This record gives sequence, C-alpha cells and structure tokens, in this order.
Amino acid sequence: MNVPDPTAPGDDRSPSAPGWRHFEHRADIGVEGVGRSPAEAFAQAALALTAVICDPAAVQPLVELDVECDELDLELLLTDWLNALIYLMATERMLFSQFDVRIDDGRLRARVRGEPVDPRRHRPAVEVKGATYTELSVTRDAGGHWTARCVVDV
Amino acid sequence: MTGLTKVSNNEWRIAPHGAMRVPVIVYASEALIRDMDNKVLEQAANVATLPGIVGASYAMPDAHWGYGFPIGGVAAFDADEGGVVSGGGVGFDISCGVRALHTGLDRAAVAAVQQELADALYYGIPAGVGSTGPIQLERRALDAMLTGGAAWAVREGYGRPGDLDRIEERGCMAGADPQQVSEHAKKRQQQEMGTLGSGNHYLEVQVVTEIYDPAAANAFGLGRGDVMVSIHCGSRGLGHQIGTDYLKRMAVAASKHSIALRDRELACAPINSALGQAYLGAMRAGINCALANRQILTHLARRVFAELFGTDLTLLYDVSHNTCKLEEHVVDGRARRLYVHRKGATRAFGPGHPDLPSDLRATGQPVLIGGTMGTASYILVGNLAMCGHGPGEGPAETRELAFASACHGAGRALSRRAATKRWHGRAVQDELASLGILVRSPSARGLAEEAPGAYKDVTEVVVAAEQAGLARRVARLEPLICIKG
Repeated sequence: MNVPDPTAPGDDRSPSAPGWRHFEHRADIGVEGVGRSPAEAFAQAALALTAVICDPAAVQPLVELDVECDELDLELLLTDWLNALIYLMATERMLFSQFDVRIDDGRLRARVRGEPVDPRRHRPAVEVKGATYTELSVTRDAGGHWTARCVVDV
Repeated sequence: MTGLTKVSNNEWRIAPHGAMRVPVIVYASEALIRDMDNKVLEQAANVATLPGIVGASYAMPDAHWGYGFPIGGVAAFDADEGGVVSGGGVGFDISCGVRALHTGLDRAAVAAVQQELADALYYGIPAGVGSTGPIQLERRALDAMLTGGAAWAVREGYGRPGDLDRIEERGCMAGADPQQVSEHAKKRQQQEMGTLGSGNHYLEVQVVTEIYDPAAANAFGLGRGDVMVSIHCGSRGLGHQIGTDYLKRMAVAASKHSIALRDRELACAPINSALGQAYLGAMRAGINCALANRQILTHLARRVFAELFGTDLTLLYDVSHNTCKLEEHVVDGRARRLYVHRKGATRAFGPGHPDLPSDLRATGQPVLIGGTMGTASYILVGNLAMCGHGPGEGPAETRELAFASACHGAGRALSRRAATKRWHGRAVQDELASLGILVRSPSARGLAEEAPGAYKDVTEVVVAAEQAGLARRVARLEPLICIKG
C-alpha cells in the first residue's frame, strides 16, 4: 500500500510489513493499523476503516483529496484522522483506498485517494458513524512497530 | 461477577465501593447476566462515579458494551449538585428510535402482494451507504428543522398535525440550539434527510401474532393479524457528527472542570457549564433531526401504501432510545428535576403520566422494542412496579423503576466480524424468504452482519423487562418484509 513516511525513524524499522486488521467488539468493530511509524500505522488504520464498509481492493484511487488534522495528543490525533475520513466519506459520498500520511509534531497532513460510492459495485455493508475512544491506543513496541487502534461506531 | 449480588430473579446490584457514588442496578435474568459482557458492569460502575449522579447507575436486560456508558444504560444527574451531561451517555446516533404505524390491513391483504410491496418500499425508501434523501435543505431550512423536529416536517407537508400527539415531546424537542451544531454536522446532514441509514436500522412490515394484554392492546388499536409498519433509525450524519464533536470537546475540557475520567469515553461536562449547555442545545437539535427524519420516512412509506392499497398509515407511537432529557422524578419521596441519560434504553412512562397523550394516559406509554429481521419485535406498555411492603408496614405502593425506563432491543450476541464468518448474506435472505420474510438490502455483507442469530433472544429480554417490572408485554409482532440499509 502506498504509505511513504518521511518522519519514520529509519534505524529502528522492523523488516516485517505494515498491515491492518479488525478486532472484536460486541456491538461494533475495532480497527487497527500497524506500521513502522505513527503515520504508517495511521494509514493502515484508515485502510481498516474502509474495510469495515467494503473491500478496499474494490475502491479505485481516481479522486484525490487532502486531509489536515492538528492535535498534539497522538491518540486523539488518530480519532481526529479517522473522523476526518468519516466526514469526507459522508459529505463527498466517497470511499478511499490510498492514504499518504505525514505526521510532524502534532500536524497530520494526508493525501487520500478513492472514488464515489457505487452501491452496485462496492456493495457497502455499513456506514461508520464515528471513531470512538473505546480501546483507543497508539503504541510502539520493542521492535519499533507502531500500532494505532480504536473501536468505530457503526 | 465480582461484587454483583442478587436482589431478586431479575434484579442485581453492585454496592457502591471505591469512587462509586451510587450502586449499580442491573435488571436481567440470570441467563442474560451470564451472557452479558463483563464490560457492562465495569462501565455501569464507572458511570456510578460521575458527579451529581442520583439513585443508581442502571443497566437494562439488553445491556452490552458501549462507549463509556453501557448500551442499555440509564443514569440521572442533578444539575444543582454538580451533575454532568455526557455525550457517551447519549451516544453517536442521537435520538435513534423506533416508530410503529397501523396499516389497517390484515396479513392476507399483504400476502397477496408481498413481493410488490417489498419492491415498492425498497424503491421508495432511501437506504444504505451513499443513498441520498428526497429533499436537500439549505441552511435556513436546516436550522428550522433542527428547532422544529417532526413539527417542522409536518409543516413542510410530511404528515399531519395528528401525528405529533403520538411522538415524544409532541414531535418537537424544546431547547434545541442550532448555533451549537457545527458546520461539519450541518453539512453532513444536507443530503441525508429522509434516509434510513444502514447497520441495524430498518423499515419493517410486521404482523401481530400474539396479544398478551387485551386491554392495553385495545387502547393501542392492536389486534392479532393486524399488519404494522415499524421504522428504526436516528439522526443520521448530523447526530453522528454532534457526538464526535462534543466527545472530543468534553474529553479535552474534563480536567478544566476538575472531572477525573476513568475512561476517556466517559467524557462529560457539568450541566451548569457553558460546554454542558452547548451540548444540550446541540443534542436537542439532534433529537429534532431524528424526529424529522422518521417523519419524512413515514411520509415516504405512506406514499407506497396509498399507491398499492389506497390506505393510510396512522401513527401508534414514536420512541427515542439515545437521549438525555430533563424530567421530573420522585426520588426518596421528593420530586426532583433530573437530566436522565438513556443510552440504548427506552423511556417507559406508566399510566397517569402527564406527558402522555390524553387518549393513552390511562393505559401508559407504548414501548416499542425492535427485534431482528428473522425473529420478532414487541410492543410493551410503561409500567408502575409494585413495591411490596412487609407485614405491618402499610399497603404496597407503586413506583417507577430506573427513572421510567425499559430495554430497547435484542442487543448483539455476536460481533459483526463473527457474524460474517458464520453466515452469508444471500443465504440469510433465502432462508428468511423460505419462512415468508422478504428482505431487501443493497448489501449482502450487511445482511450477514445483521443475521438473526447474531442477536440475543429478544423474547428473553422483554420477559426479563416484564418480570423486573420495567414494562409489560402487550403484543408480539413478526416480520413479513424488511428493508435494510
């Protein structure tokens, strides 16, 4: 996935690939992104967000939009980021599949790519109402991997 | 569960300890308690620590893990005692709720054209991700809608004045302040008026299959074999954005208000603070948005029934289950004005309550409980529980429980992920069709996530609510057609 990150600390990057997954919540669903930097983890978490709605592979990167969030608390920055995407999905009637994210001292700048929702092709399962503070964390493990996660309300 | 003691077969209690200011009271059967998320009790105990909480932190029989507050949580706060209002105590889908409408038709009349009706409703009701509503509101009209609720919708031609008598707050939540609603929230709503949404939201055609309380059923106009329409949805993008906006504002401001949060999701603000008042103004605007939205969807459903049958739909009642409302309740013999949060819980006023419409006052409030697309929904009636006094202590008296609240639905038993692993959407649809239930939805995965087996047994939930004294069963309804987002 397209997530170059100029802020990533190159020395302690782990060789394993970034990725995303969903985790269990009885009523809703959790999104989790892993990467070699907060920015990469955030980009992966955004992919997990799209995957709540539909298969990200079905979303073509045809239209480009910019996203900006300013928040010094990295955890709140994660929910701000996901909520900015939820807002764009709702108001622009779009889905996104590519996320170029930079985070620098509480400033998140991203270029996101996607296309308008096509219910016949994307078969969206559910819309996301908001990113919550439940199970919210942004952590770095001993191997230098960043994990960004929270439950989203659907 | 640690600290949980049994009060009766359907009431459980955690005594206050640590920072808890009041006990936790859970209304549920032993089986429901066993299946309940551990997080429910933890969250209910966290709510019990919040400033100004009165009485107890309550959990309904369908309670499950929520955001700060459990879903199925009820808590009341006194503004004069430092009480708080919490965005998490209301939820992201402000004033999500259910309304039930009489069709005047019986099962046979619908069975004759079931396919056509299902297709016409699916065509006529905007549902699912990316759908847009029948009207787009420019800014001034949007603000009028946020102030006027369903009363605004009726003025705009969506329904009749008589509908308003059968909606909580007579269809218009007082104290709404559109200025406290962000531009983002307003923009998110512009294309979403009159849309059903997705997830567990639905429009169903249902048939009454059982009457439990003939007198109340008669007052509600319900008879066995009657066909009803039920609409479950909320305040759409506007409510979701208000929830998002204020969750952060309250979390960031908590320390300024000297509120120690056990969980960031418990974010709240003193009712008597600028932020608390701003949230109340915005949240009430969200309630009006939900009431207007269900009113417009009713109008769309009426068009379909008028065209196909030449009949009208009359409103039985409209309830909201994600709200915070200022209400008067008697606590320890004293009437108090309290801010009652109901997150995934239905207000359930008993007989005689002055806020009920005059023709329902003697009976009590209809309490509409949504089930799954394959099982059943229930109509209950608000109740006053008998509180038996011991020998020599005078006559037993009646009183409302949990600030006159009841359950709101079945509650999930399996996560969405677990559900999609177990079921396939089209197979769910085919199986329901073989049972005579026609489901229409743009999303197969959405259907799998909402498979009937992913939910708890709604019957067990309403029986527990009845046995606990929260509300009484009046009628059982089974689905014939389900439109899902």
